[in-house]
Amino acid sequence: MSDRDDLETTDSTAEPAAESDDDPTFAAAEYADGSITYPPHPVGPNGAERVGTVDLRGHEARVVTWTTSTATPPGVREPNTLAIVEFDLGGGNDDRPVRALGQVAVDDDGEPLDVAIGDTVEPVYAEELREPSAGIREPDSQAWDGFRFRPVE
Amino acid sequence: MGVVVGNRVPSVARRVTTLGAGRAAAERAAAERPTTERDVLGAPRGRGDMERVAIIGASMTRFGERDAWVSELLAEAGAAALDDAGIAGDDLDHLYVSNMASGEFEGQTGVPNGLAHDLAATPAYTARIDQTSSSGGAGVYAAWQSVASGASDLTMLVGGEKMTHRTTAEATDVIASLTHPVEYKHGVTLPSFAGLTARLYLDEYDAPRESLGKVAVKNHRNGIDNPHAQFRKEVDLDTVLESPIVAAPLRLYDFCPITDGSAGLVFCPESVAEAYVPADDYAVISGIGGATDTHVVHERADPTTMGGVADSSDAAYEMAGIGPDDVDVAELHDMFTILEFLQSEDLGFFAKGEGWKAVEAGVTDRDGELPINTSGGLKSKGHPLGASGVAQVYEVYKQVTGDAGARQVDADTGLACNVGGFGNCVTTAVLEGPA
Repeated sequence: MSDRDDLETTDSTAEPAAESDDDPTFAAAEYADGSITYPPHPVGPNGAERVGTVDLRGHEARVVTWTTSTATPPGVREPNTLAIVEFDLGGGNDDRPVRALGQVAVDDDGEPLDVAIGDTVEPVYAEELREPSAGIREPDSQAWDGFRFRPVE
Repeated sequence: MGVVVGNRVPSVARRVTTLGAGRAAAERAAAERPTTERDVLGAPRGRGDMERVAIIGASMTRFGERDAWVSELLAEAGAAALDDAGIAGDDLDHLYVSNMASGEFEGQTGVPNGLAHDLAATPAYTARIDQTSSSGGAGVYAAWQSVASGASDLTMLVGGEKMTHRTTAEATDVIASLTHPVEYKHGVTLPSFAGLTARLYLDEYDAPRESLGKVAVKNHRNGIDNPHAQFRKEVDLDTVLESPIVAAPLRLYDFCPITDGSAGLVFCPESVAEAYVPADDYAVISGIGGATDTHVVHERADPTTMGGVADSSDAAYEMAGIGPDDVDVAELHDMFTILEFLQSEDLGFFAKGEGWKAVEAGVTDRDGELPINTSGGLKSKGHPLGASGVAQVYEVYKQVTGDAGARQVDADTGLACNVGGFGNCVTTAVLEGPA
């Protein structure tokens, strides 16, 4: 475990159990060399063992880039605005960038909100990001809930 | 008709022979080509213990919307490649099929065995090579490896895919199934990755949007002279820039089409190549490399750098004993226009962030200093997934052996770079023509 972070991490490599359905986590993995990745992998990018889990949910992120896809696969919203974001973990974690890809959150009319490179966003939980049974992938093989990114005013 | 007739040899007789089929074919071919000057079977090996590998035959079908199903496409290209090399199916020791998703697209698996039967190539060893969009390049690697290692004396690779019977949404989903679960659940597609990366590239390197459009214009222009290409029509920059948005900022003409097609190559040790074909009619794979990058695309430190392109080309250059400046012609994986910029930089042709300037300056035009995608690229030729990497090498083979017709450029050394996923896996091959 890195001694420079001030993150709350678990000391288990197991996925953290959500306290309830209303409190899902946005779990990234921390490794013995201090690196953090989303999604978690069995070992870190340099082969270091996994030592804990970081919940990205409470952190803001910066938009690295984004696109709006108008030709989406079966079961996916159309248009689908997607962004790659980089989290600001605070403290001494500037040299431990952790990024995620996700849908951009929608407005009251259900349309994806506008984003631009450099915008600050926050994760917002969504129970179902796409219709699990519409695509080619076996619905039971993976999770379909997750976090969208909403611009912070 | 090839040098070996296609009559089947009784299987009992085949089992007792001490030579592999390819070795026996080489001996028969050598006997029938008394003009050859080399001791074809005793020539020294090129590089350490590793045999240099020659390409002695090549074929490709017409790419586009085809009525044929995958097995028929493979048989069409396979028969033509055998004919081009002057051999028969039962001469082959190994037969590889590059194919990403025949099961998903068509419900047809086991395609290499079907092809072996169709071409009377049994009992050749067969395998299907799936490496997503770079299945063709991975097949070239497997075929090269089979001969370089001595496991096979005569190998054929046929790449093919049948896609157009599916809707665009379905085909996009089949391809997107290569993504990690945390990517797939957000509905990401390969075109979406291209849009994400193109926006960042344009922003980071102050490149004009028009420069991406010029890649499409150039490759469509090249495709006019390719009789196998899906699209053989010129497009102007305005048409590209005004076409419908697919993954902003990229538009329809920034993307390759969905395609049916197949291509084939025949490989043997360089030391026996002249037993099959005249000395000016074969090329040598002087360097080849393969590499992976992060499977999860957003975990890359710099999203505008394709690590697999850099690593695989480093290996290929080292094996060939050349550098990027020695390459005369290149086929790059322009599944999306932005990929031609990224590859041309990460292959070392141009500095990072400057690939777009080379396109603007005409350096990569067919009559430029470094012609890129003389075939028309995936953009105009089409992208039948498993066939594309094979068809790239087909084009480079035609160029370095001086057989590219109206597309011919002055080239002794050519390079093909085949990209799987969004750079998740990459192969680079360097071909050299006759000295």
